[in-house]
Amino acid sequence: MNKPPTAASVSAPERATPVGSPGLAIETRGLVKRFGHRSAVDGIDLEVPCGSVFGFLGPNGSGKTTTIRVLLGLASASSGDIRVLGKEMPQALASVLPDVGALVEGPGFYPFLSGTGNLMRLDAADRHGSSSTRRQRVSDALERVGLGHAAGKKVRAYSLGMKQRLGLANAMLRPRELLVLDEPTNGLDPQGTREVRNLVRSLAAGGTTVLVSSHLLAEVEQMCTHVGVMSAGRLVAQGPLEELGAAGQAHVVVQTPDVELASRVLRRLGLVPGEAPGTGSPWGTTAVLGTGINGREPEAIVAALVADGVRVRGFTVENASLEERFVSLTGEGFDVVG
Amino acid sequence: MLIALAAVPVLIAVAVKLSSRPAAPGRGPLFLDRITQNGLFVAVTALVVCVPLFLPLTVGVVAGDTIAGEANLGTLRYLLLAPAGRIRLLLVKYAGAVAFCFAATATVAASGALAGVVLFPVGPVTLLSGDTVSVGESALRSLLIAAYITVSLLGLSAIGLLISTFTDVPVGAMAATIVLSVVSQVLDNLPQLEWLHPWLFSHYWLGFADLLRQPISWTSFGENALLQAGYIAVCGALAYAKFSNKDVLS
Ligand SMILES: Nc1ncnc2c1ncn2[C@@H]1O[C@H](COP(=O)(O)OP(=O)(O)OP(=O)(O)O)[C@@H](O)[C@H]1O
Ligand SMILES: [Mg+2]
Repeated sequence: MNKPPTAASVSAPERATPVGSPGLAIETRGLVKRFGHRSAVDGIDLEVPCGSVFGFLGPNGSGKTTTIRVLLGLASASSGDIRVLGKEMPQALASVLPDVGALVEGPGFYPFLSGTGNLMRLDAADRHGSSSTRRQRVSDALERVGLGHAAGKKVRAYSLGMKQRLGLANAMLRPRELLVLDEPTNGLDPQGTREVRNLVRSLAAGGTTVLVSSHLLAEVEQMCTHVGVMSAGRLVAQGPLEELGAAGQAHVVVQTPDVELASRVLRRLGLVPGEAPGTGSPWGTTAVLGTGINGREPEAIVAALVADGVRVRGFTVENASLEERFVSLTGEGFDVVG
Repeated sequence: MLIALAAVPVLIAVAVKLSSRPAAPGRGPLFLDRITQNGLFVAVTALVVCVPLFLPLTVGVVAGDTIAGEANLGTLRYLLLAPAGRIRLLLVKYAGAVAFCFAATATVAASGALAGVVLFPVGPVTLLSGDTVSVGESALRSLLIAAYITVSLLGLSAIGLLISTFTDVPVGAMAATIVLSVVSQVLDNLPQLEWLHPWLFSHYWLGFADLLRQPISWTSFGENALLQAGYIAVCGALAYAKFSNKDVLS
């Protein structure tokens, strides 16, 4: 199994800065959460800028949900400092939580109450929620997640996606400064997924910071401005999405029958060629994969290939996808770190 | 559960009514023999029947479910994130359990009174001390007994709340609470453990007979209240200590 790299290779945060830097909605220093002897979260320095949509990635069991629980005061940290919305946690929990909407590890509702009933009860549990606007806010939130028609139905009779939507509605019962969404699109249909994406975008446009954990990398690429990647309890990378993508290697794919020749040319240019999955075209074209374009102009590479008589039938430059980057950071291994 | 509780006195009343032979004095639950003479005794008899097992059973279910039930549904984390506040949540949950204790006792008493009035003659009541009091006065006494039993159950509720903070499995907390109530009563019946008896939360459970004397003897009421308050204080403090530091991982 590949050992994931341990050093944060992107945007190394200045370790020296004290907790409490302005402009960060969430900030942790050396956050550790142990379950018995095992560290589920192993000294992470998370930095979520205000106004960002922060994609929180990582394989199963890498500690995302545990981090979120600790951030929100559901579990206590074994060590480390936490600041949420500029305030020390967990001391300021009571004053911070009203400004935070959260969906943690799936929704939890009373099956015998309706969607509206559940939200009313949760809102009533909060002293800060004004009771005069409660009914209105609940129905607005339900409308927003597309549950307007199922508002009166018992949650027992909700589908997985409907419950998930209700969980989202609960997170948005009031205007929030920070939204923490743990796998919000889990169980949602394509429309729902798209709706969540739009919702997150519009909330972010309104100035809300969103921390969203997800396994759908395409989803993350579309809606996040920043990304953090967890692996086995460590934060192996974090920073703006473009930086993370750029740090990965772009590569070229050459469609040609002259694989040998093309490989030689690429090697001369300082690229590391390999056999790409061949494509079956009428002329029996095979592809060569050059990893890393080493800052060369793609057209210069084509020119060199052509000058040496390589019959170039196709040429593409592919940027490293978030998925490749993710795999390179967290390892190929499929087994959960136990 | 309240419906099941309400059924108990009705069952007793109907059973007594249907059996042609009046129960021999001294056999069966306390006061059973008096029902045929005065329907007002149905309520008291029903309470006597319910105190050892039926009421603790329902109270155990409610008290054991308080925190563990929320944890099990996954609603506990959302209540805390609302934020409800951990102390506040604990207090509200305990208040709910207390309200249930009262509702349960009142249900048995009310349903008993109703069944008694419907099925048997009603008249002035002869107390244990031999004095006779009016129907109104006896209703008041019934209320007092209901209050006594409610108070009796507060300690058990606090124990249930405490156990409930330790687990995410409500059935486990309920069972543990109910088992404890039975164990406490068993211990209370072992003469070898006499020294322990005054400390058992069930020790005064059946002590409400004192309220059926003239003049009313308040000693057992007072001692019971004091004991239950002690249980509430200790279990409440422990529950707070446990719950305020608990990692909510459900
Ligand atoms: N209640 C618990 N007791 C002991 N260990 C736990 C507990 N909850 C989580 N863990 C451990 O902590 C680690 C991180 O779990 P966590 O739920 O944070 O993962 P995750 O990143 O959210 O995974 P997923 O993508 O599957 O949601 C795992 O190794 C898990 O076994
Ligand atoms: Mg998770």
